[in-house]
Amino acid sequence: MSGSDLLLDYLSRYFPILLFIGIALAFGVVTLLLSYLVQPKFPESEKLSPYECGSEPFSDARMPFPVRYYIFAMLFVIFDIEIIFLYPWAVVFDKIGLIGLVEMLVFIGLFVVAYVYAWRKGALEWD
Amino acid sequence: MFELGVKVAFSLAQIGVVFGIVLLTVMFLTLAERKVIAWMQDRMGPMEVGPYGILQPIADGLKLFFKEDIVPAGANRFLFSLAPILALVPALIGFAVIPFGPNLTVELFGIQFKPFVISDVNIGILYILAFTSIGAYGIILGGWASNSKYSLLGGLRAAAQVISYELNVGLAIVGVLLLAGSLSLVKITEAQAGGFWHWYIFAFPFPQIFAFVVYVISAVAETNRVPFDLPEAESELVAGFFTEYSGMRFAFFFIAEYANMILVSCIAAALFLGGWNAPYPGTLIGHLGFPHFAWIEQVVWFAAKVYCFLFLFFWLRATLPRLRYDQLMRFGWKVMLPIALGNILVTSIAAYLFPKS
Amino acid sequence: MATLFFFYFAGIIVLTSILVVALRNPIYSALSLLIMFFHVAGLYVTLRAEFLAAVQVIVYAGAILVLYLFVVMLLNVKREDRYHPQFLLGTLLGLTLLTEGLLLVFRGTVPEQPASVPAATGATQAGSSVLPLVGNTETIGEVLFSTYLYPFEIASLILLVAMIGAIVLAKKDIGGREA
Repeated sequence: MSGSDLLLDYLSRYFPILLFIGIALAFGVVTLLLSYLVQPKFPESEKLSPYECGSEPFSDARMPFPVRYYIFAMLFVIFDIEIIFLYPWAVVFDKIGLIGLVEMLVFIGLFVVAYVYAWRKGALEWD
Repeated sequence: MFELGVKVAFSLAQIGVVFGIVLLTVMFLTLAERKVIAWMQDRMGPMEVGPYGILQPIADGLKLFFKEDIVPAGANRFLFSLAPILALVPALIGFAVIPFGPNLTVELFGIQFKPFVISDVNIGILYILAFTSIGAYGIILGGWASNSKYSLLGGLRAAAQVISYELNVGLAIVGVLLLAGSLSLVKITEAQAGGFWHWYIFAFPFPQIFAFVVYVISAVAETNRVPFDLPEAESELVAGFFTEYSGMRFAFFFIAEYANMILVSCIAAALFLGGWNAPYPGTLIGHLGFPHFAWIEQVVWFAAKVYCFLFLFFWLRATLPRLRYDQLMRFGWKVMLPIALGNILVTSIAAYLFPKS
Repeated sequence: MATLFFFYFAGIIVLTSILVVALRNPIYSALSLLIMFFHVAGLYVTLRAEFLAAVQVIVYAGAILVLYLFVVMLLNVKREDRYHPQFLLGTLLGLTLLTEGLLLVFRGTVPEQPASVPAATGATQAGSSVLPLVGNTETIGEVLFSTYLYPFEIASLILLVAMIGAIVLAKKDIGGREA
C-alpha cells in the first residue's frame, strides 16, 4: 500500500468515532428539544426557587468552598501525568528489556517519594 | 465514493445497533435494579405496569419525557441544559471501541468490515479513559449552574471523587497493558484466548487479581454508586448535583449513570475476564463443527460477563451502607493507590523474569 | 480529505481560542477551552499521533481544566472585576508574535503537507511514506526509553518538584494542625 492509502486506512478507523460522537451529541440535543416542545410550562416563583429544605434560600448559592478540593485536583494533575508515562512503557515493555525496567523503577521510585511526601505532609488527609 | 458510502452506511448501522442495545439495557437495568433489590429485601418490586412490572421503564421514560422541566431561578440556563448532555455523551461514546464479539472480518461488496467493534483504534483503552474523565464536567457544571447549595456541594464532591478514583483506574489497568503489550481492547482480549487460566485475572506470570479488585472498586466509585454514592447522599445532600433537575434533563443524568455502569462492566470483562473468550479453549459450537456460528457463543459469553458485573452493582447497593466522605478519600488515596502501584511493580518484575516468548 | 479535516479542526481551534480570551464569564472561557482541547486532539489524530491525542484529552481536558474550573469556582469570580486594561503590553506582545508568524510563513519553513509526515519518526526501518501502522504509542515508548532516556528521568524529577511545590504552597491551609 502506498502512503496515502495507509493514511486513509488509518483515518477511516477514526471516522466512525467522529460519527458516533456526532450522533450522541445530536441524540442529546434533539431529545431535550423534543421534550421541551411537548412538556407543560407553568412557572411560578415558589416552584422555581432552589430547594433548601422548605426555608427561603439565603445568601448566594455559589459560595466559596474549601481549598481542599483544589489541593486534591492539583495532586490529581501531577499523578495523572505520571501515570500517562506508564502507558507507552507498558506497551513496549517486551522490547526495551532490562533498561526499561530499571528506568521505570527509578521513575516509580520518584513517584513513591512524591507520594510519601504528600502523605507525610497530610495532603492526602480529608478533614 | 461508493466504497466510502458503504463504509459510512455500515458504521451508521453499527452505531445504531450499539446505541439501541445500550439504551435498551439501561431501560432494563432500571427495572432489574428495583426488582433485584426488592427480592433481596423480600419485597415484590414494581408490579403494576404490565405483567410483573416489565413495562415500568417505559412508563418512567414517558413520564419524564412529558414532565415539566424546571429551571430554578438564578440558574445559568445554558449551562443547566448543557450539563446533562455533557454527562450523557461521554458515557455513550465510550462504547465505540468495545469489542462485543470475536475479531471477525466480514466482506461486503468487496469491502472489509469488523462487525463486533465499531472502531478498533490503537489507543482503545486510553480513548475510554479520556472520555470518562470528561464525564466529570457534566457533574461539576450541573452542580454549579443549578444555583442551589446542595447541588454545588454534590457536584464538587462528585468531581473530587471521580478524579481521585480515576487515578486508581488508570493505575490498575497498567498491569494488564504490561502483559498484553497493547492499548487496543481487541488485541488485549485476543491475547486472553484459550481458557480461563489465560484471562488476565488469573494469568501467568502474575495474576492481575489485585488490579481487578482495585479496578472494580474504583469503577463503582467512579460511577457514583453505592457504597460510594456520596455525591447524591440523600440524607445530607438531598440528591446532590441533580437536586434541581427534573424531567428529561434528570433522565439524562440517570441514563448517563447506568450507561457508565455498562461501560465499566464491559471494560472489566474485556481487560480482566477475557472479553468474548469462553472459559475453555475454543467454543462449544466450534467443537461441534459449526465454526461459522461460534461468534454467537462468544457474544453470549461477553454479555454474560457484563451482566454478572451489573448484578454485582445491585448486590452492593442492597448490601453495603454508604461511606463517609473522609473515609472515601482516604480509602482511595491511601489504600487503593498503593495496592495498584505495588501491582505494577510486581507485575513488571514478573513479566521481565518470565518473558512471553 | 485530510486537508478538509485539517481546516475544520484548525478553524475551530482558532475560533475557540479567541473565545477563551474574549468571553466575559470565566466558566464559558473554560468551556471553549474544553472544545479547543478536543479539536487539538482531533488535529493530532489526523497527524497520526494517536497517543498524543489521548494524552491531550486526558491531561489537559480531564485534569488541568478541571483544576481551572475548581479555581474559577473557588474564587467565585464575578463577571467584570478581573479585567485590567493592558493595551500597551498586549499590542507589543501581539506585534512580536505576528512578526514571528509572518516570518515563518514567508520563509517557507512550515511543511506544506503536515498530514503526510508521519508523527512517528523514531521507527527508521521503513521509509517515511510507507511507515507501517505500528501505532504511535509503541513508537513513543521505544523512543522515550532509548533515545530520550535522560529527558524522561528529568521529567520525573520535575514532576516531583511540582508536587512538592504544590504542597508547600498550599500547606498554610492544610497544615493548620501542625503549626
